[in-house]
Amino acid sequence: MSIMQYNGSAIVAMAGKGCVAIAADKRLGQRALTVDTEFQKVFPITDRTYIGLPGLATDVKTLYDRFRMRVNLYKHNEERTIEPKTFSHLVSHMLYERRFGPYFVEPVVAGLDKNDEPYICGMDLIGCINFAKDFIVGGTASDNLYGMCESLWEPELGPEDLFETISQALLNAVDRDALSGWGAVVHIITPEGVITRDLKGRMD
Amino acid sequence: MDRYSFSLTTFAPNGKLLQIEHALAAAANGVVIATEKKTGSSLIEVSSLQHMVKVCDSIGMVYSGMGPDFRVLVNSARKMAQKYRRIYMEDPPVRILVKELASLMQEYTQSGGVRPFGVSLLLAGFDDRGANLYQVDPSGSYFPWKATSIGKNMVNAKTFLEKRFNGEMELEDAVHTAILTLKEGFEGQMTEQSIDVGIIGTLPNAQDGGPTPVFQCLSPADIRDYLSNIA
Repeated sequence: MSIMQYNGSAIVAMAGKGCVAIAADKRLGQRALTVDTEFQKVFPITDRTYIGLPGLATDVKTLYDRFRMRVNLYKHNEERTIEPKTFSHLVSHMLYERRFGPYFVEPVVAGLDKNDEPYICGMDLIGCINFAKDFIVGGTASDNLYGMCESLWEPELGPEDLFETISQALLNAVDRDALSGWGAVVHIITPEGVITRDLKGRMD
Repeated sequence: MDRYSFSLTTFAPNGKLLQIEHALAAAANGVVIATEKKTGSSLIEVSSLQHMVKVCDSIGMVYSGMGPDFRVLVNSARKMAQKYRRIYMEDPPVRILVKELASLMQEYTQSGGVRPFGVSLLLAGFDDRGANLYQVDPSGSYFPWKATSIGKNMVNAKTFLEKRFNGEMELEDAVHTAILTLKEGFEGQMTEQSIDVGIIGTLPNAQDGGPTPVFQCLSPADIRDYLSNIA
C-alpha cells in the first residue's frame, strides 16, 4: 500500500458562478484503524483562498505551517495579499524543490481572484499543476469523487446550489471508500465572505 | 594616519565620474526613460553603447555613473527578476525588485574587501499598482518619483520637469516631455544617434486580452519621428 493511502482523505473543489467551494472529509486513520474524526485537511491561506491537503497527515501539518510562513512573508514584503494563482505557483515551486524526496500530498487550491473570478487547481505530489474550470478532486476517494462530480456538477451554480452539489458529491464518494469519510467540512467562498458548514457522515 | 586607510578599497571618488543625464517621466498608462548617449570621444561607435537595459518584460533600467558597475547590477537585477518568476510565475512588482537591488547596494557599503557601487539607478516599470519609477543610490536608499532626472544637469532638469509634468499625461506626451527635458541641458545637436528612449506601455495580452506591461527601447527611426515633431 502506498504511503499516500496510509491516513486516508477525500478533498474536492468546485467552481460556481462568482463563487468557489472546497470540501474535505475529517477522518484520520492508520490504514484501516480510525484514529481521529476531527482532522483538519482544508486550511485558509487568505480571506478568499483555501488549500486542501489530502495525503500523509504529517506532511499535511508540516506543509500548512510552511505555506503559512511563506504567505505571511509575502504579505509583509509585498504589502498585498497573495492571489490564488500566485499562491498555487508558490505551492508548486515548494513541492518541486523536494522533487526527489517529496511531501506525500496532492494539494487542491480554491479561491477567488482580485476580480472575483473563481480559481481552482490541483497538483500532484511534486507540484505539477492541473488547472480546471469545473472541479478538482484529491485523496483516496478521488476515483469516486471523479464519478460523482462528473454526474452532479453543472456550470454557473450559485453559492447555495454549489454547496448542495459539492456536499452530495463528497458524502456519496466517501461512502464507497473505507479510508475516508466520518464527517466532512464545506467552505463556500463568495465575494461577501466564506460560509463554512460541517456535515455529518456515515460512521460505519 | 589617514582616517580611511584601514581598508584598501574604501571608496574615494578621486576622479570625475563620467555622468550621463537621464530624464524620466511616468504617465497614467506607462513610463518613459530618456538618456543621453555621452561618449568621451567622437571616434567611439555610438550604436554599440547601451545605457538602457531591459531587466524583465515589465521593468527597464538606466544609470548614471560607472558603466562597469552598472553591468554588475544589471546581471544581479535580471537574476533577481528571474528568481522571483521561477517561484511565482509572474514578473516582480517594481518595488520588490528595487528593494532587493537596494539591499544589495547597501551590503556593498558595509562589507569588507569591496567598495560601494559607483552608480545611481533609475528603474521604470509597470505592475498591479500601475506605472512606477524608482531611483536607487549607492548608499542603498531608494525613492519613488512621478518624474525625475539624475546625472549631469539634474537640478535644471528637475526644475523643468516640475513645470512640465502632470499626472494625467498620456504616454506620447510623456515621451515628448522626457525628450524636451533632456534637450534643456544638451550639448550639441540632438539626433536619434545621440539619445536613447525606453518606454513601458501596456499591450493587450494574447490569452485574455488583459493589459500586459512591456518594456522596449525605441528604434532610431522612432526617435527620429519624435525629434522631428519637437523641432
